[in-house]
Amino acid sequence: MNIKLSYDIAKSDFSKAGEASSNIKKVLRQLGIPADIIKRIAVSTYEAEMNIVIHSDGGRIDLLVTPEKIQVKAVDKGPGIKDVELAMKEGFSTAPNEVREMGFGAGMGLPNMKRCADEFHISSSLGNPTEITIIVNI
Amino acid sequence: MNLREIQKLLDAEVLSGEEYIDREVKTVFACDLMSDVLAFVEDKTLLLTGLVNPHTIRTAEMMDINAIVFVRGKMPDKETLNLAEENGIVILITKYILYTSCGILYKNGLAGAEIVHK
Repeated sequence: MNIKLSYDIAKSDFSKAGEASSNIKKVLRQLGIPADIIKRIAVSTYEAEMNIVIHSDGGRIDLLVTPEKIQVKAVDKGPGIKDVELAMKEGFSTAPNEVREMGFGAGMGLPNMKRCADEFHISSSLGNPTEITIIVNI
Repeated sequence: MNLREIQKLLDAEVLSGEEYIDREVKTVFACDLMSDVLAFVEDKTLLLTGLVNPHTIRTAEMMDINAIVFVRGKMPDKETLNLAEENGIVILITKYILYTSCGILYKNGLAGAEIVHK
């Protein structure tokens, strides 16, 4: 049986940031998914969620759990990434100072998502939504 | 080493999760940058940090880190403590600076966390 869940993520709402990832983690635990797989999904989802809060005009995270895999899709409403290749480089960040003061914006988010995933896709360009798909096989 | 011994060594106060104070800790990671905690830490470890906000707790939650020491006497707000309580994360607070806290724990046999460079 497949399970689908969807979460709206608000722009710049730092007080709620992380709630979707936390919820996803709890759902996966209830489903009896192995702890190492849950951690990889939790970390990459949290990075994606923070990215939507920090950089986008708001967006959505969709979780799909099948017997074979867990898929997280993060889609925002723009404004898009100018140079995706550069954004994928460790240490590259456009995060503002207030975000850095919260301990984020080190330019590790996208590379970390890729590292946690068995499959990672990103599509984005300036003026368009960013769409990220993270798949971890069970 | 368990958290009770760490509390004594760092002359720390327990702000959350008193009931879990006998938990064992094998390694320590010390950092104010949550991005790096998310990117590098593999072990179940104790986190030492001066970064006092709910995102420290969220980061710990995602990483299965179940104990945090806030250094430099930095007091977390109620929201941060509630989130820790909700997630069963032990919060200790010490007046020592990060460097001294690490030194004390290291001298008493606690090693640093293994990190992964992939």
